[in-house]
Amino acid sequence: MASGVRPRVKVPSTASAGETVTIKTLISHQMESGQRKDSEGNTIPRSIINRFHVTFNDETVIDVKMEPAISTNPYFEFEAKVPESGTFQFTWYDDDGSVYEDSAEITVG
Amino acid sequence: VTVLPFRANAAIEDHVAEFTGGAEVAEGGVTLTAPEIAENGNTVPIEVAAEGASAIMVLAAGNPTPPVATFNFGPMAGAHRASTRIRLAGTQDIIAIAKLADGSFARASQEVKVTIGG
Repeated sequence: MASGVRPRVKVPSTASAGETVTIKTLISHQMESGQRKDSEGNTIPRSIINRFHVTFNDETVIDVKMEPAISTNPYFEFEAKVPESGTFQFTWYDDDGSVYEDSAEITVG
Repeated sequence: VTVLPFRANAAIEDHVAEFTGGAEVAEGGVTLTAPEIAENGNTVPIEVAAEGASAIMVLAAGNPTPPVATFNFGPMAGAHRASTRIRLAGTQDIIAIAKLADGSFARASQEVKVTIGG
């Protein structure tokens, strides 16, 4: 498992019904591309997060297929519809099988 | 038939064909925002947007492996827009292909000059 992986999400805590909100996410991860070589000239094996999936009340907002060209500490900014109060669920899938999760509540008032 | 009027490259055409299923790709209808000059190729900010798109694929034509990411938008997507940070191995063209709401495909591309490779 990649060490020191820490997800961070920024979601507004409140919205009005039907509003579109901007969500920002960052996860600390070295995103080893599989292109680099170590000091002895051996290729360092690829080890990246290959998928990022976001749902709101179990319906998909965005589902990203990620390749080694995504930078270290993958950052995403996108927009979601908020028809009602609920929970955003964020899931990152690592090449090594690890799954990193975070969630955020939003209240429609 | 896919038309790539810039530095046409078989690998890129294969990736595009895989995404489109061989359908025609029109110019416009998708917005790709990237810096003209990136000082650091390790982290280049890009943004893609296409109204109503179900998916947008991003390719970096000059990278050892061109695919960068594919954004699939679900029913809870707001504006069909996403931004991220990518690695570019050198000065090259970035390509965005969007699958639009009506099932047609749109393309945009932009050259990014990279000072230090990623």
